[in-house]
Amino acid sequence: MASKLEKASVYEQFSSQRQLWQFVKKFWLLYALSIPGILYFIIFKYIPMSGSVIAFQNYSIFKGIGGSEWVGVDHFVRMFKYPEFLEILRNTLLIGLYDLIFVFPVPILLAILINELRMLVLKKLVQTAVYLPHFLSWVIVAGITMGILSPSTGIVNHVLGFFGIEPIYFLGENSFIRTILIGTGIWKESGWGTIIYLAAIAGVNPDLYESAEMDGAGRIRQTFAITLPTILPTIVIMFLLNIGNFLDFGFERVFVFLNPLNKANGEIIDTFVYQAGLVDKQYSYTTAIGLFKSVVGLLLIMIGNRLSKKATGESLY
Amino acid sequence: MRKMTKGQRIFNYMNSIFLSLLGLSMVLPLINIIAQSFSSSAAINTGAVSLWPVDATLSNYKVIVGDSLIWRSFLNSVIITVVGTLINLAATATLAYPLSRQEYLFRKPVLIMVLCTMIFSAPLIPNFLVIRELGLLDSLWALMLPMSIGAFHLFIMRSFFMSLPSELIDSSRIDGCGELGILWKIVLPLSKPALATLAIMYSVAHWNRYAEAIYFIRDRNLIPLQVRLREVVFQNQFEDPTNYMMLQTISPEGVKMAVIVVGTIPIILVYPFLQKYFVKGMLLGSVKS
Repeated sequence: MASKLEKASVYEQFSSQRQLWQFVKKFWLLYALSIPGILYFIIFKYIPMSGSVIAFQNYSIFKGIGGSEWVGVDHFVRMFKYPEFLEILRNTLLIGLYDLIFVFPVPILLAILINELRMLVLKKLVQTAVYLPHFLSWVIVAGITMGILSPSTGIVNHVLGFFGIEPIYFLGENSFIRTILIGTGIWKESGWGTIIYLAAIAGVNPDLYESAEMDGAGRIRQTFAITLPTILPTIVIMFLLNIGNFLDFGFERVFVFLNPLNKANGEIIDTFVYQAGLVDKQYSYTTAIGLFKSVVGLLLIMIGNRLSKKATGESLY
Repeated sequence: MRKMTKGQRIFNYMNSIFLSLLGLSMVLPLINIIAQSFSSSAAINTGAVSLWPVDATLSNYKVIVGDSLIWRSFLNSVIITVVGTLINLAATATLAYPLSRQEYLFRKPVLIMVLCTMIFSAPLIPNFLVIRELGLLDSLWALMLPMSIGAFHLFIMRSFFMSLPSELIDSSRIDGCGELGILWKIVLPLSKPALATLAIMYSVAHWNRYAEAIYFIRDRNLIPLQVRLREVVFQNQFEDPTNYMMLQTISPEGVKMAVIVVGTIPIILVYPFLQKYFVKGMLLGSVKS
């Protein structure tokens, strides 16, 4: 109520232009403080966004945007004609899909299991352990992975050797790269992902469990009938965020594992854009690819949002 | 305490065992790496090292000490973490504060402007060209300024400011406090927990920064630690000829493990704080969305 009154009085003050000016002047500090932040977003976010127009040019770094020739959608056409790009698009989609199928559900399952732990000390210990990998960089995670999978000194190959299997150079095999990417993703992030679901589970009314128990519902039944439905909105929101980032698997996460031997199955849009754009300097072509990715990402968010609004009433905006 | 049936008790045991094993699987690889880094080459090559060093030695670390580029990159990482985080805090707080106040009339447009950057991002090359145009290529600023404000962090800070009781601001204004005084003497001191959370979130990101360094830094003297780590671990790039000599007798595997440990130790040391503040921050942020 108090805030409503205050709001009304704020607007009443502006019966004239001059009074508005006086109001701004009185709180000038707020306006001054906001300037650097706004400038940051303009310079580092909006100018690059508008700079994406070079996707429709043959951009030359010497001529600039003003002097480079316009070529329309040539680069986009070229993109879909090259088998090389289609291969990369396929990798990106497949890895994104595997990520959604295999990585996304793990934190939900883990959160439910952690919530079932009765010993509080064990619960704390488990949480401490599973959050840890989140804080390690991808370079470190890749280093650890390499150590474990090393053909000569890695523990995995020692175990395989015990069963008489020849050492395998996992990071040098095309067929293992996607599995490695997904596996390290689960190792690094699934523990951390439980936080949000554990918070949602903590919000479940304990009376519900009690009455369910009286009705003779077992633990599994309770999980499906009470826990899952209550955390469903959280799951939907997280799923939406995931869909929106479908093509955004992450440059670092792939780049640290990539080498000429596993490139065919491991190269994704982000790593290709880096190689062809920054290293080989095909500025316009790779901007077209990047723009394609951003626009598809935006569409995915909008579609996902609409679907979820219809299905569950939950939405991001 | 609820009474448990036999089936439930079995489930509890299995669940405890499963989650304990899972927790161990997150920690044991790290311990294995640490153990290897302190072991002799012979022990590493025969696979004798599990969770405790075999033929304990410091020779792997001696190779690292001789690599001046590792120290230089370590220093670069410290600089971008400290200075970068200070920039982050200043920039995030100064924008979040007006956005939390009724008297700031551009709240809506600015919030929409920030939200748009969350769902649509510019491709790499235009970003690169802007950094280049600003003359930031091959300078540590390129690893600090372009990530001054995280949209997610901004919303965390804003909702914290909004949660402060407005009576506090009103009463201090009656006491004759100017706008600057309110921010400096009342709001910021009360916001220490939120600022600490943000500082930790930002600084971990700076410490682990890799992609931007690959994009924007060519000068070998300016690379951060993560870049150097990957070179040593994956490309066997070592510095001095003396090191090559030593590598004749020491297998590179042990040195690689030692390098990984050097990159991980700072994170492990601050992990207790990290866990506490990060969880807080995650929950603050998720309440918002």
